[in-house]
Amino acid sequence: MLHIKCPHCGMRSQNEFSYGGDASVKRPELGKDVSDQDWNNFVYNRKSLRGKHWELWQHLSGCRQWIKVERDTGSHEIFKTLKAEEEIS
Amino acid sequence: MQKYSVFSLIKNALSNHENWDLAWKDPAPKKEYDVVIIGGGGHGLATAYYLAKEHNITNVAIIEKGWIGGGNVGRNTTIIRSNYMYDENALFSEFGMNLWRKMSQDLNYNVMFSPRGIINLAHSDAQMNVYARRGNSMRLNGIDAVLLNREQVKEIIPMADFSENVRFPIFGGLMQPSAGTARHDAVAWGYARQADSMGVDIIQNCEVIGFDISAGKVNGIRTSRGEIKAKKIGLCVAGSTNILAEKLNMTLPIETHLLQACVSEPVKPVLDNVVTFGAGHFYISQSDKGEMVMGGDLDGYNSYAQRGNLPTLQHVLTEGIAMMPFLSKLKMLRTWGGIMDMSMDGSPIIDKTHIEGLYLNCGWCYGGFKATPASGWTFAHTIAQDRVHELNAGYSLNRFNTGHLLDEKGLGTKTWIS
Repeated sequence: MLHIKCPHCGMRSQNEFSYGGDASVKRPELGKDVSDQDWNNFVYNRKSLRGKHWELWQHLSGCRQWIKVERDTGSHEIFKTLKAEEEIS
Repeated sequence: MQKYSVFSLIKNALSNHENWDLAWKDPAPKKEYDVVIIGGGGHGLATAYYLAKEHNITNVAIIEKGWIGGGNVGRNTTIIRSNYMYDENALFSEFGMNLWRKMSQDLNYNVMFSPRGIINLAHSDAQMNVYARRGNSMRLNGIDAVLLNREQVKEIIPMADFSENVRFPIFGGLMQPSAGTARHDAVAWGYARQADSMGVDIIQNCEVIGFDISAGKVNGIRTSRGEIKAKKIGLCVAGSTNILAEKLNMTLPIETHLLQACVSEPVKPVLDNVVTFGAGHFYISQSDKGEMVMGGDLDGYNSYAQRGNLPTLQHVLTEGIAMMPFLSKLKMLRTWGGIMDMSMDGSPIIDKTHIEGLYLNCGWCYGGFKATPASGWTFAHTIAQDRVHELNAGYSLNRFNTGHLLDEKGLGTKTWIS
């Protein structure tokens, strides 16, 4: 089982969390021209590589906050967690 | 090639089975091939077989990092069906059903195809309506479908929970009587043996390191066993598609996810069919050895680990016990996990790419095994003719750009959306 350290609540089990996908995907800015390709990249296209991966999780059965988690997709090791508004360094 | 028959069996029994031919050779890679297929799983082997058989292209290599049949083709729950509503999925899968029905004869290899029927259980009036609609759509496409009421389901699977006071009572179900199972290893070995006999080189323990591409055309690949030239290259590497796509500077509408399955200890025959739970994601059948073969949801996060976590297994088996309470008495024999290409609309991709001579076969989600023959057949056509066949025209890569999604279940990589 994964153990995820919620930046708000501390270490909790995977059961309390729901997965939200790649955290590095950026929504095209509002009010700017957006090409079909930009939307396609935002909505559908993902790198999904083996190794370190920044991803979104929601602490659904806890504080209900969205958080960012850096996890290895090969070993499931978790390196770092951030609040949703914190930038990935 | 040595033909397998009762006579060859008797003949070889007399010599203590010491004189059987090798089922396929172990060649070193040549410098150049007409077509290189990357991935020696079911789809790759079937593609090579149909390239040779249907298109007379035999100067073909299959490049496999591990060994034949060592990936998802030997790791699935062996369900074969075509109970789809959308035309694209229904016609493609039913074409595959016809290939399944004659596969053992075609390949001269007993794939133990067992058309035992699949029942999708319904747990509400609304779900019965949805199933009636899907069943009608299937019948319009020439696929057998029978809508069963509660009493009829009870006749077929009396061991399911038909008590009144349950959270998800069984209202009825949709059955495809011609669906079933097959022995997955035999499918891989049968295709490998026939492809090999027609001149295809099956090259195992050979990892693809990079691609040789110039002016938008492929010239070949670099592998751990040297460079191989080829004008046409087909990718059939479900689970590792994203890794090879990165080497091609492509970003695909696919996430790689982990899917678990498990089998119980063997018990006497109790379940004749494949049955799926309608209020969640759980499916079950009984193997010829008596094990209950079960599976369900993805673990739900990107993973290449090929190793599942217990919360998902517990979730899936809770559904199983809700459906068939006797399962709680069984001991678990084995659990395992494999990695899937989860496409964003839940449907696969079999298409050309923007790189000339590079063809893509990926995104099989939960349903790769049943598609093996149809996928190989259409992918071979796409490669040989350099154009998609009408059967796989709906499985285009461009559909995500144009909005022509094939969202049969409205379910992509996110299990929690359902």
